[in-house]
Amino acid sequence: MPIRGKVWKYGDDVNTDVIFPGKYTYTITDRKEMAAHALEDLDPSFAKSVRPGDIIVAGRNFGCGSSREQAASCLKEAGVGAVVAASFARIFFRNAINEGLPLVECPAAIPAIENGTEISVDLENGVVDVHGKTFPFPGLPESVMGIVREGGLIPYTRKMIAQRKIAP
Amino acid sequence: MGLTLTQKILARGAGKKSVSVSEIVDVTPDVVLSHDNTSAIVSTFRKIGVDRVDRPDRHVIVLDHCVPAASEKYAQNHKDVREFVAAQGIVNFYDVNHGVCHQVLPEHGHALPGQLIVGSDSHTTTYGALGAFAAGIGRSETAVIMATGKIWLRVPETMRVVVTGQLPPGVFAKDFILRLIGDLGADGGLYQAVEFTGPTIANMDVDDRMTLCNMTAEMGAKNGYVAADDRTEAWLRERGVSAMQRIASDPDAEIARTLPYDVSELVPQVAAPHTVDNVHPVTEHAGTKIHQALLGTCTNGRLRDLHQAADIVRGKKIHPSVRMLVFPASVDVYRAAMADGTLMTLSEAGAVLMNPGCGPCLGAHEGILAPGEVCISTANRNFRGRMGSRDASVYLASPATVAASAIAGEITDPRTL
Repeated sequence: MPIRGKVWKYGDDVNTDVIFPGKYTYTITDRKEMAAHALEDLDPSFAKSVRPGDIIVAGRNFGCGSSREQAASCLKEAGVGAVVAASFARIFFRNAINEGLPLVECPAAIPAIENGTEISVDLENGVVDVHGKTFPFPGLPESVMGIVREGGLIPYTRKMIAQRKIAP
Repeated sequence: MGLTLTQKILARGAGKKSVSVSEIVDVTPDVVLSHDNTSAIVSTFRKIGVDRVDRPDRHVIVLDHCVPAASEKYAQNHKDVREFVAAQGIVNFYDVNHGVCHQVLPEHGHALPGQLIVGSDSHTTTYGALGAFAAGIGRSETAVIMATGKIWLRVPETMRVVVTGQLPPGVFAKDFILRLIGDLGADGGLYQAVEFTGPTIANMDVDDRMTLCNMTAEMGAKNGYVAADDRTEAWLRERGVSAMQRIASDPDAEIARTLPYDVSELVPQVAAPHTVDNVHPVTEHAGTKIHQALLGTCTNGRLRDLHQAADIVRGKKIHPSVRMLVFPASVDVYRAAMADGTLMTLSEAGAVLMNPGCGPCLGAHEGILAPGEVCISTANRNFRGRMGSRDASVYLASPATVAASAIAGEITDPRTL
């Protein structure tokens, strides 16, 4: 089932401090409250207007900076359907997978996507559709896809322990 | 084909003879770091449904991000961590009287050459300065390591930075790493291992190597390292640590890219707002008025850094419109700087001596910026809003440049003072 949503487009090097400010990292623990501050220092209008399924599109190195997992959780909780970027910072990449937030690395599609338009992303078939123009992207490694399919690392780990595939 | 240092350590962690670049491996880390974020990790750990932490001796927990607690919420957070540590029998726990995790772990023998270290903090890369593999990870996966002892990692490509030449007077390791990040960009080392080598590195103190490896996180690297040598061994021995295992890349290891750097003509650098790769010679920003000067953090809070700053401010006064804040990276650094008179020199110049910890670096407390204010800092990040107001500006520089700017009241080339 492709993810279809309105595009919120940003530039290169969107860092975790503008996605979720450090001053909140230990004072906000409620996920809904985290979502209310998503992208606060980059685009104050985002948290107020984002709708479930909306897609963030960005340039290179999205999520650079701190290891704070709230940068992924606040976007997931805000209803973001996927983040499509030219590349991702590595800890953000891990955190997003672990939170069950789909990421798509597709540099070729970025210049073709305009802010505020609708696009769709097909994770299973690896295609970004921009008004009928399609851009393929390589799928995640199978071992990592397993985590995404279970909705994140914690449900994945619970399942693996229950099936005795990993030992606690 | 031979193996890189990173491949050798990851292969051992995975229980394999060899691992290939871009392979995904399940590894058992030797050391796992977490800090104030341990209470959030514990909440996630509880959701997994496992009661006891696997190998509590593997975990090192340091309270440093907001110490002592600045508010009731932080206090509760710290209290939760202390209770968890006691209940699980985690002996490697360092409370608020120790300092920044990235200084405390090496000082206490928790970051050794050849070890596989992961930490729920992006600057975990710092421990590569001792010849370890050390990479930042997230909170959920730290919780999973508590439950299962395992984490998946992708084996990174390696970029080799070969440094030659002697750093000129007034120019330091921080200037070099800023220049490198400026040249390569904030994603210039994305997903990669960065190996520092060459005669300049061989002659460089471990303190300075830590500054380099710390900031590889700012070019997107997975880990940065300097293979262990006599200097590493001496640094550890001074701290009562004798375990040494020298691992280095094989001569025929697969190196994706080699970058030669001659630092003999390098000049002091600053990273201007609001990205770490916005790097320019200090002369281009000289004259910019500042309100705060921050000396310390996991990047530059070591004794050598405090000495650099003290050498600049000795016998002078900090500009009346500037507050200079000093955060030694650890209590060991604090005591050494107290014993040799460095703290007295900084205090007499008018600096505010703060407790070892992260201070205002991440915008939690102890020196938050108001709108319109400018801070020059020895830390590693200058992102918008990082140190308080989104309308404040942070410049990054060496301890010498920060100290010179504090005296002048504006961004200043330390070679001119």
